[in-house]
Formats: sequence, C-alpha cells, structure tokens
Amino acid sequence: MEYFFELFLGGLTRGSIYALIALGYTMVYGIVQLINFAHGEIYMIGAFTALIVISVLTMMGWNQIAILLIAAGVAVIYSSAYGYTMEKIAYKPLRQAPRLSALISAIGMSLFLQNYVLLAQTSDFLPFPGLIPDFEFMEPYAHIIGSPELVIIITTTIVMISLTFLIKFTKIGKAMRATAQDRDMAMLVGVDVNRVISMTFIIGSATAAIGGVLIASHIGQINFYIGFIAGIKAFVAAVLGGIGSIPGAVLGSLILGWTESFFTGYISSDYEDVFAFIFLVVILIFRPAGILGRSTAEKV
Amino acid sequence: MLVNELKKSFLISLWFMFLTFPIMVIRVNTVENIIQWRWANLFFVGIGSFVLSALWRYLIRRKEQGIKKTEVDGVARVTLSQRLLRERRFTIPALIVIAIVALAFPFVFSLYQTNIMITALIYVLLGLGLNIVVGVAGLLDLGYAAFYLVGAYSYALLNYHFGFGFWTVLGLGAGMAALFGIILGFPVLRLRGDYLAIVTLGFGEIIRLIMENWNEFSFGPSGIANIPRPGFFGVEMNFEQVTVYVYFLMIALSLFTIFVVNRLQNSRIGRAWIALREDEVACQAMGIDKRKTKLMAFALGATWAGFAGVVFAAKTTFINPASFTLWESINILCVVVLGGMGSIVGVIVGAFILILLPEYLRFLSEYRILAFGTVLVLMMVFRPGGIVETVRRTYQYEEADH
Amino acid sequence: MDMEPILDVKQLTMDFGGLRALDSVDLDVSQGEIVALIGPNGAGKTTFFNCITGIYDPTGGDIMITAPKNGRTQRINGIKPNLVTEKGLARTFQNIRLFQNMTVLENVMIGCHCRMKAGILGAVLRGISTRREEEAVIQKSYSILKKIGLEKYVNEFAKNLPYGAQRRLEIARAMATEPFMLLLDEPAAGMNPQETRELDELIVKICETEGISILLIEHDMKLVMSLSDRIFVMDYGKKIAQGTPAEIRKNPAVIKAYLGEEIDA
Ligand SMILES: Nc1ncnc2c1ncn2[C@@H]1O[C@H](COP(=O)(O)OP(=O)(O)O)[C@@H](O)[C@H]1O
Ligand SMILES: [Mg+2]
Repeated sequence: MEYFFELFLGGLTRGSIYALIALGYTMVYGIVQLINFAHGEIYMIGAFTALIVISVLTMMGWNQIAILLIAAGVAVIYSSAYGYTMEKIAYKPLRQAPRLSALISAIGMSLFLQNYVLLAQTSDFLPFPGLIPDFEFMEPYAHIIGSPELVIIITTTIVMISLTFLIKFTKIGKAMRATAQDRDMAMLVGVDVNRVISMTFIIGSATAAIGGVLIASHIGQINFYIGFIAGIKAFVAAVLGGIGSIPGAVLGSLILGWTESFFTGYISSDYEDVFAFIFLVVILIFRPAGILGRSTAEKV
Repeated sequence: MLVNELKKSFLISLWFMFLTFPIMVIRVNTVENIIQWRWANLFFVGIGSFVLSALWRYLIRRKEQGIKKTEVDGVARVTLSQRLLRERRFTIPALIVIAIVALAFPFVFSLYQTNIMITALIYVLLGLGLNIVVGVAGLLDLGYAAFYLVGAYSYALLNYHFGFGFWTVLGLGAGMAALFGIILGFPVLRLRGDYLAIVTLGFGEIIRLIMENWNEFSFGPSGIANIPRPGFFGVEMNFEQVTVYVYFLMIALSLFTIFVVNRLQNSRIGRAWIALREDEVACQAMGIDKRKTKLMAFALGATWAGFAGVVFAAKTTFINPASFTLWESINILCVVVLGGMGSIVGVIVGAFILILLPEYLRFLSEYRILAFGTVLVLMMVFRPGGIVETVRRTYQYEEADH
Repeated sequence: MDMEPILDVKQLTMDFGGLRALDSVDLDVSQGEIVALIGPNGAGKTTFFNCITGIYDPTGGDIMITAPKNGRTQRINGIKPNLVTEKGLARTFQNIRLFQNMTVLENVMIGCHCRMKAGILGAVLRGISTRREEEAVIQKSYSILKKIGLEKYVNEFAKNLPYGAQRRLEIARAMATEPFMLLLDEPAAGMNPQETRELDELIVKICETEGISILLIEHDMKLVMSLSDRIFVMDYGKKIAQGTPAEIRKNPAVIKAYLGEEIDA
C-alpha cells in the first residue's frame, strides 16, 4: 500500500510538471491554432538561465532561499522574453500562410534554440543543485513524499489557480478568450490581437520556466536536450485533456503522470518514453478532441 | 527615415544583447567552480543583430510589396528559376552536361567522393519520396525515417535469416515499407494536419525504440553487421568496383524515381493530391475519397524510403537504430523544404546542397544543425516555395487539340 | 408531378452542442424542377446543404434520393461527401472554395475525378487507355467551361479570376461530376445586376438542356421569384412555409420573418 502511495505521489509530481509545460501548448494552440514545437526549448532555456544565475550567486555566497527565488524570477523573465521574440520572428510573419509552413518554422525554431544552447554552453549534462530545503514538519512523512515534491505540487496548484483567475476575470483574459473563439471577430470589436498573441506566448513561456526550474532541481541535472522529451510529453498531455482547454491540460498531465508512474513502478521501465507516444496515438484515434475538448464540426 | 531605421536596429540589438546575455556571455564550470565571462560574445551579438534586424525588416517589406504587386497585377510572378526550367534552349544542354558529369564522376573522382555522391543520391530518393507526402499532398510526416528503417532492416534481417539477396529484397523492402505506410496511415490519416505531424513523429520514435529494445528480433542498439553488398550476376568485385557499381545503381534508381514521381504528379491521382492540399472539404465534395487518396500518397512515399533503406543497408553493410532517429526525418524534411516543396528539380537540388555542403565545409560542422534550424525558419518566412519554386506542369488547353 | 421526388428529405434535424440548427425540416425536389430555399441569415440553410452532401452527419431524419437514371431509392444519411457526389448530388459553396492555385481547367478536371478510372499503375505506365481518358477529360472540361461561358479563362489560375467568374467556376466544377441535381449555395452573392441576369439564364439553361434539377439558396428575391418552380422558407432552423412564388409572396409567416425586407421584387 505504501508503495502504491509512493507511486501515486510520484505520478502527481510528474503530472504537475507536465501541466506547467502543457499549459503553454494549450494556450498557444487555443489562440493561434499552432503546435509550438519550440515550447519545450523555452522550458529548457528557463532551466539553463536559472542554473547560470544560481551558480553565479552561489559563488557570491548568497542565501539559498534567496537564490532560489531570484533564479526562478530571472528564469521566468528570460523564458518569457524568448517566447515573445520567437513569436515575432518565426510565427508572426506566417499568420496568413498555410499551417504547414508555420509548423515547419516551429520545428526550425526548436532545432535552432537547442543548438544555440548546445554551442554557447555545453552538450554535457550539468548538475543542477537541489534548491528546495527539507522542511522539518515534513519529516514524519519523508518516506512517502519529500519536501521538493510538495513544493512542486503546491506551486503548480497556485499557478493553475492564478491562470484560471487571469483568464476568467481580467481584461486580457477576456481578450484572449475572444481571440480564441474568432480572431477576425475579435479584431473587429477592437481587440488588439497582436498584443493578445504576444501575451499568450509570454504567459505560456513563464509557466514553462517555472516548470523548468522545479524539474531541474528535482531531477538534479540538465542539458540542451531536456526540452524535447518534456515538450513531447506535455504536448501529449495537452492533447489528452483536449487541446485549447486549460483544465484539460491539467487533467491530461495528471493522467499521463500517473499512468507513467504506475506503469514503470509495477510493470517495466524499458518502454517508458514510448509509452507517451502510444498513449498519444491511441487518444488521437479514439477521441481526437481529448477528454475535456469538445469535438466541433468544422464550419463550412 | 534613416535615423528611424537606425534607432530601430539599435533598440533591437540592445534587446538581443539582453536576451542572449546569460547564455552567450556567462559560462559556468561547475567542476572547478569558476565563471567564465565571455564579453566578446555580447559585442558580436550586438553588431550581428543590428545588421540582421535591418536586413530582416528590408526583406519583410519586400515580401509584403511582392504580395501586393501580384494582387494588383493579378498575375503571379515567374521567378528566374522557373523561367530557366521552362526554356528548352537552356534545359537540354544542361541535361547533357549533367549526364556527362554523372557518368564520368566515379572515374574522375576518388572513391571517397563517389561514396559521398551515393549518399547524396540516397537522399534524392528519400527527398522525392517524402515530397509526395509533404510537398504534393501537404501531409507533414515527421516519422518518415521509420519507413527508411523498415527498408534497411528488411534487407538486413531477411538476409541474415534466410540469405535473401539484394535484388530480391529491393522490391520486398519497398513493399514492406509501403505496407507499413498503409498500416500506420490507416488510423492516423483522419487526423487534422498538425496532429498528423505529432502522431507520425510518435510512430517513428516507437518503431525506432522497439528496434532498440527488442534484442531478440533486431539485435538492439548494437545493430546488424556484415550485410552483403549488392551482387551483379555473381561476379566477384573488389571494394572499389562495388562502390562504382552501387553508384550507377543509385543513378538508375534515381532516374526511375524521377520518372515515376513525375508521371504520378501529372496524373489523375497527382491532381487529386494537389487539390487535397488546397482544400480538403471542397475536394471531398468533388467526389474525391480523402482517405484513399491520402493513403496512396503515404504508401507511395514510404515505398521510396523502403528502396533507399535497402540500398543504405547494402552500401554501409552495417545498420543500427541510431541511423533512423527523428533527426533523420527532419534532415529529409529539410531536403524537401529547402529545395522546394512539390518540385522534383527542387528536391534534387536540395538533397545535393544539404549533403554536399556539410561534407565540404567540415570546419563548420558544429553549426550544421543550427544552420538547418535557421534555414527552415527563413525558408518558411521568405521563400516558402523553396530554392526552386514549383514549375508544376499545368494542364493547358489548346484549341488546335481536336 | 406524380413521379417520385429525386430528393426527399424528411424531418431533418441537426444539433450543434446545444444549438438546434435544423429542426425537423421536410423538403422535396422532383426531376426537372428548380427549387429555392430562402430564409434570413443563420436560418440553417447552409447547414441543410451540409447535411445532405455528407459534410455533417445529421442528428435525425431521413435523406432519400432517387437517381432518375435507374429509379433506385436510397437513404444517404451520414455517408461520406465523396459518395454523395458519386451518387449524383453536386454542390457549390457559399464562401467560394475553389482550388486557388490550380488552373480553371484543372479545377473542372478535379470535378471529373470520380468518373475516371486510372489508378497508380495506369498513371505510371500511361498506357493508351489512360491517355485517352486524360484527353477525354480535358475535352469534357473544356466543353463544360464553354457552356458556362468561362472558356476565355481556361488556363488562368482560379485565384486570378474576377469574383463573378469564380462563382460560375464553382458551378462548372460541380457539373463536371455529372450530377442529376445541383445544390447552389448563394450563387449570386456579390454579383452585379448584369452578372445576376446572366446567372439566371445560365441556371435555366442547365436545368432545361442538361436535365439537371436545381436546389438553390439565394437572397436575391428577384432571382428567386423569377427562377423557382417552388420555394421553401426557413427561419430559426424550422421550415415556415412552402409553395409557388405567388403563394410565398402572400404568406403572412414569410412576411413576418422578413419584416422590413423587400420580398416582392
Ligand atoms: N459547424 C458548426 N458548429 C456550430 N454551429 C454551427 C456550425 N455550422 C453552422 N452552425 C450554426 O448553425 C446556424 C445556421 O447556420 P447556417 O446554416 O450557416 O445559416 P444560413 O446558411 O441559413 O445563413 C448558425 O447559428 C450557425 O452558427
Ligand atoms: Mg449560408
């Protein structure tokens, strides 16, 4: 039973991290109907930026908690800046182009960013310090769940709630929903669509950066390629939940996290990475709209 | 005006200096606990982005003007490459020269060069195959390397277990790849375009990972060695002769491919593919079976990957799953995109550029993938038609016909 | 009029989530008729077409067709659009959906697709039968273009055609599928009066000389009144009236639905 709980919480942690990345996919897809292939790279850049900040500040002898917060903050700022710039370069000029073009451009962007980091930094795995301290009050439960896991789950929950709040109640959130429904119509009623799209990329990138910092400190190492697998898995999660739907992204991520956790825990870890793909193929074939997505007939 | 432009460029270069600061300037050596500050990089980024942003804006403006112009004139511009390709006066001598060079190549150049040429020709095959799927039918397949793998493993395994020869498997391997294309295509082809890309990517990875993990069947990551080179009616050949032989085999296979692909494009089916790319709904309403037509494109594309796979296995005599990664699929996609989606000449040009350039610019090899990424983005933004834009032979009606 | 209708729609219903876009609509068309379907914007007319042509799968009701050629009656609910077209119903689209980067001739040739045979092998070998077929299709397409009056554009790209010509090309393309019935979705939208008059003549000609029955959605009342043998009126997904032009003009329900709009042109 304890093993089951361990796997359950492990799956929850995994799922939370997938959720932070999946949100970006889902938001961008909801607004511009584009699979942002390079989204995983934004997450990776977030992790790298954090590592650099941490290393510099550690050598300057700062306090650990302060380092964690500053690193996360800088990572968020930089990831958002990359997301914003990427949209301007690789997607904005292609808004009127066929979807195939934008997709190819996204793949190009992903290759570029991966190799940019590879060349400017290193291809080796770099150790990433575990920044989250062990809380004393967690001690009695330490055999089931560690403090880092707890922090990850709580952070994800907070991000999720604030995002839902942002989209439901703020002005930019309303503009986002309007743009997602019908871009031309939104433009006609005076929504600044360019700004909405930029904001979407910025917010999606910021949550990805938070995910990047948390997972890097959880796993303990990073390299330029981590964005790819994480990105694919988060994408699967977004599709599973119903792409375009924010609760869907969270639900899909949790389901994927748990399935992976139980599968590797009880059966075998050989095919861990294949698993997400098989999942994806099966969902898309049997329920292409995802769990919470509504299947809509294309208007003709 | 000029001041304005300079100001813009300056601001953008500041932005990029900020953007690249942590990753380009700081490098942490966690082993020795030292920080390297590479301030020179900041300077290069600043200068580079200043110039490039000006160039970028200029090109974007030109592109927008180009679009406006065609809208006003109502006629599509004919590019230089298109004009050259139409001009018989130019194409016939060009073909003759190409034929002579192709024939003489292995006798003039070294074995090493001939081998590179064979690789380039394999990519011509792969590119033309993928071009049917992506360029003509407009289906983004990111798992194309899986069919390449099927071809290569068909030869390796059928030879290992049953001693089948190259020529027997050439057809069988292509058939196997086509079969896989149909099996995979059946469920995925009803998906929307962008989902198709991800699912094919997934399928490609699944197949590769299975080959990596299923040791009893595929010998796992260590692969299969000692695959025999192609034979020629039992004639004994030394290494050099075999290479020349494979080279001419590839030339023949490429010509065959060009012939078939060209015929397909200019047929009832080719027309349906293009129409499908243009508008799926209208296409169906005109009585075209969407599933069947897409499946044909998918299976035919896979067939050529199968051919290429068999030749690849026979040429290198050793294969393992590492040759068929997602990166390989993207590589082939680059061939198609760079050359010109939907254009046969374009794909051939693309294959030669992408295979030969990195060979001869080895000192830049580190930057190769970076450059590929850049090429994909730039091509899509500025020249979505590729280097050689399609000169699709349109059906012309002439009154004199009857 | 005692002949069986070639299109007989009964109780057709279509729901989109909570929205009922069609609510038990009945409609029938007999051989040789020109029938109009009118109604305010959003009434569900295009949805009606989409259900009949297989683009949407209707929630309820029956769509029966009887091909005049063999007199066989069959139910076509939910079959794929290409099969509907093969059975002899062809359509045009309200928002023009031509193959923009193909020539006018090629657009019409695509329409011939389902009446052709050449497969992969035929395409590669290009034997006598394939070549004959291609030649025949080019001739057939050209003669259709001539009938529609588009022969001067034959080698132009579809996207370069003037608006009115694009609408007519949609009709030409649909005719190439050899239908017994044409469904035209707002064929006169965006046309000037001169073009509309020509369209009027063209539709009559298609019906009379080609023997193709017509069901059309149109907002131009003058065109509708002069063309149609019978008119069906829809509002909010329901059929509110049907009858001859003279009857429709006097129908109080129709006048109410069109309140403020001109119906007696
Ligand atoms: N694919 C669809 N999904 C959801 N609603 C739709 C769809 N197609 C049509 N509708 C709705 O059905 C109603 C009827 O639309 P339509 O048939 O286009 O009207 P008309 O052609 O009479 O102007 C409209 O309210 C429209 O929004
Ligand atoms: Mg309508």
